[in-house]
Amino acid sequence: MLGAVACLVLVLIAGMVIFVFAKAWPSFAHNGLSWFTSGADVDLQLEDILNSPANPSEYVYKLNAWPLLWGTFVVTAGAVAIGIVFSLFAAIFIVEFAPPRLNHVLEPVVRLLAAVPSVIYGLIGILVIVPWVGEHLISLERKESVIQVVQLDGACIMVGIAVLTVMITPIMIAIVVDALRAVPRSWMEGAAALGANRWRVMWTVAVRTARPAVIAAAVLATARALGEAIMLSMVAGSASFAPNPIDGITFLFEPTRPLASALVENVEGISVVPFGQTLYAFAAILLISSVFLSLAGYVAKQPLRKYGVRP
Amino acid sequence: MDSLSPPEERDERDVILTPPPPVRRILVDREPQAVAPPPNGQRPQPGGAAVGSSPVRRPDPSLGPKVERMRADDVRIAYGAKEAVRGVTIPVRQGEVLALIGPSGCGKTTLLRSFNRLVEITPTASRTGVISLDGEDIDTLEVTALRRRVSMVFQQPNPFPMSIFDNVAYALREQGSGRPGKAELLPDVRDALQRAGLWDEVGDTLDHPALRLSGGQQQRLCIGRALAARPEVLLLDEPCSALDPRSTQVIEELILRLRDDVAIAIVTHNMQQALRVADQVGFMYLGELVEYGPADQVFGQPREVRTREYVGGAFG
Amino acid sequence: MTSTAAGQTPAGGPGGASPPIDSPSSWPLVDRAGYYAAWVAGLALIAIAGSILVYMAVKGAQYFDLGLLTESPTADLDQSKAGGFKDPLIGTALLTVMAVAIAAPLGVAIAVWLTEYGRPAGLARAVESGIEVVAGTPSIVLAIFGLLVFQNQLLAPFSFEAEGDAVFGRSFIAAACMMSLIALPLVVGATREALNAIPGHVREASYALGKTKAATIRRVLLPAVRPGIGTGTALGMGRVAGDTAIVIVLLGGTLQITRGSDDVFGLFRGTGSTLTSYVYLNSPAGEGQAPEKAYFAAFVLLLVVVALNFAVTRIARGRKEAAWTR
Repeated sequence: MLGAVACLVLVLIAGMVIFVFAKAWPSFAHNGLSWFTSGADVDLQLEDILNSPANPSEYVYKLNAWPLLWGTFVVTAGAVAIGIVFSLFAAIFIVEFAPPRLNHVLEPVVRLLAAVPSVIYGLIGILVIVPWVGEHLISLERKESVIQVVQLDGACIMVGIAVLTVMITPIMIAIVVDALRAVPRSWMEGAAALGANRWRVMWTVAVRTARPAVIAAAVLATARALGEAIMLSMVAGSASFAPNPIDGITFLFEPTRPLASALVENVEGISVVPFGQTLYAFAAILLISSVFLSLAGYVAKQPLRKYGVRP
Repeated sequence: MDSLSPPEERDERDVILTPPPPVRRILVDREPQAVAPPPNGQRPQPGGAAVGSSPVRRPDPSLGPKVERMRADDVRIAYGAKEAVRGVTIPVRQGEVLALIGPSGCGKTTLLRSFNRLVEITPTASRTGVISLDGEDIDTLEVTALRRRVSMVFQQPNPFPMSIFDNVAYALREQGSGRPGKAELLPDVRDALQRAGLWDEVGDTLDHPALRLSGGQQQRLCIGRALAARPEVLLLDEPCSALDPRSTQVIEELILRLRDDVAIAIVTHNMQQALRVADQVGFMYLGELVEYGPADQVFGQPREVRTREYVGGAFG
Repeated sequence: MTSTAAGQTPAGGPGGASPPIDSPSSWPLVDRAGYYAAWVAGLALIAIAGSILVYMAVKGAQYFDLGLLTESPTADLDQSKAGGFKDPLIGTALLTVMAVAIAAPLGVAIAVWLTEYGRPAGLARAVESGIEVVAGTPSIVLAIFGLLVFQNQLLAPFSFEAEGDAVFGRSFIAAACMMSLIALPLVVGATREALNAIPGHVREASYALGKTKAATIRRVLLPAVRPGIGTGTALGMGRVAGDTAIVIVLLGGTLQITRGSDDVFGLFRGTGSTLTSYVYLNSPAGEGQAPEKAYFAAFVLLLVVVALNFAVTRIARGRKEAAWTR
């Protein structure tokens, strides 16, 4: 019967996927592929859906969710890209170059940071960083230049990416550090004995050997970034806007609302049928992405078990 | 009183009167019996004859004075408070093989690792005394430059998780900022593998992962890797202790061939091996260099009590 | 390579100064760039981590008010007079305990099945990857799914009794059930690791004495992995205490703990808030105008998480000292 309990997990996942998609289907069905394109202001569209008449045949479903998808992509990709580079170099620092006494403090701190709730990151973001960015980094001219389309108030993708990077980095550092430390000492010694300096030994032998760990860490971090709803809803912006790279630097200061944040901010309306189905559609997209990422991460972590690294 | 009784119970008279035990070396001089090579993993027969084929060429100590490449002068090495090497002075010359022998823990590996400053990697290690390479104090040389001139092969074969080519080319590539292409490096790689006696076996499979080679091949790869940068001195730390007898023999022949180009220092706990390959032998015990001299003399007529006891098998 | 004077000469005598190790000033440019990049990353990490922790400590001290811990929140137009956060504090505690009470037995059962049974192998791998999928699912998705489940008529007894026909779908028990999914992978992982660390001869000794597999597990293995279960549970508690999305969606958003019905299950069917939702709602994101309270509540929350983290390291250290091999 223990096996039955274990199978519950699979039943649960299957149930999640089936039921969420079932609830989400009408939204996809009514919009077809245009669900994924861009069109009007998403916030206005959502309002319309919320206000649809009570008659089922008159439900409004129209939605072009591209701004949400694009916002999700920009924030996630940005945070993971910066984070993986930062984590790699920080991990090399911890393993090779940091004075031992510094490590004694640094490593517990990193593991502690990994446990800090996202709402605290969001709080510091919204009370400290967003106002600072709004007042000091965004000039008045910049605000005026886009005032017709969107309001720049400091809550933007730059802050979102920055805080999200800080959030996902500790767990990546922990994984990469463990993997670097698991590289056999004889390889590192052999490389040193051949005349490679400390950096070369690290880079050409240790990092190369720990590549699977770096990939696994990236996948894990992407999953975490994708699902981050609370913190991003606090700092990334109050409008479901698709930031426009053509705007140049202003692109960084534009607000956006990733899928998960849109979900958490609109959740009170879930009892209105078409609105609820739209929200379930958001959840469905998130669910599918995270299932894929988790499976990819599981596959990526298999080589790690060779080295005895606990992912 | 035989040589197997505890040293404390013997006194000087007994030492003088007792003839030294017969040295196994004499057996090696004879033509060894033609024995079929044993299957892998079998230990050599006690009696010291090298397994299989042709007799090992004995070194001729009567050739002219050898060039001294490295010298340790009153070197002391300590790990924290514990002294591992106490005041050792020893030369390493080109054209001859220096073997450091002694029981485990006597400091021979530590001394060897100080020659390429690998001892410093251990945080608690400290060293005094001067070690010089061609007259220059190695402390004044840049460490990575030193290690390209003084190469080391370790006890356990440790090829990198890369292809055979990349392994051998590693030292050549990590020399500076340039990234020489494969074609540029191929002649040096081939030369190194030839000197290591591995080219015939892997010459056309250079892209295969090095970790797929057998133990003996991996160790020869490590030797080739160490030779690729054309070092002046080659340090070998018990290179055959993890290998089967056949690979051991191949590597010992290799060492003798390399003798004239590179100064070689080998640490070994296998006295028969020292007999087979060494020209000069240094016997270390508890961190001190107890005796140093030509192999014939150290094994045949050791001057010191402790040497005689060790060579006779009293302790090991 | 040119020889460069390396600097200090070793002092005399054993135990004197050791020769200097190679310094980056002689490395090629690319290597030096990498070296400095590593240092920059390391120092940036220290700076960021330090500033977060220091800032929260400062703000927590600044707005320190023990009274807030004992007063219940009240609805008041002037937020700064709106009472403390006793209820959210109780809510966090209650939710954490409930979630872990569900997750721990389930997690241990799954871990035991995976390590001790695990047949057929394909099913075991599927369950393993299933745990990973649950671990990777965003908590907002779990929350939405929870809503879907608990709004079903069948599960009406589990949620707050609301007027009208629709099932409200929100309650402590609903939130706790979904929260347990967050803690579950952590318990499974830690327990599996602990079970795998027990060498085979321990099990063989038990079988040789005639014990059945079930008895061996119950009497020998489980007591031995108690620290591992503890680690996993503490990790899970930390994650549960810090989660906001599930709370906002499934706990009903009432500031005070409101009983869901008048019977003995009322508390579990009730709604309320936790420290996390309190911080969120009191911040500008939740249209709160009382950042002081948000800061202090966040500070308390951080203390809770730090304490749990500390407990984890203590348990883990105790595990290392219990050596299985002699």
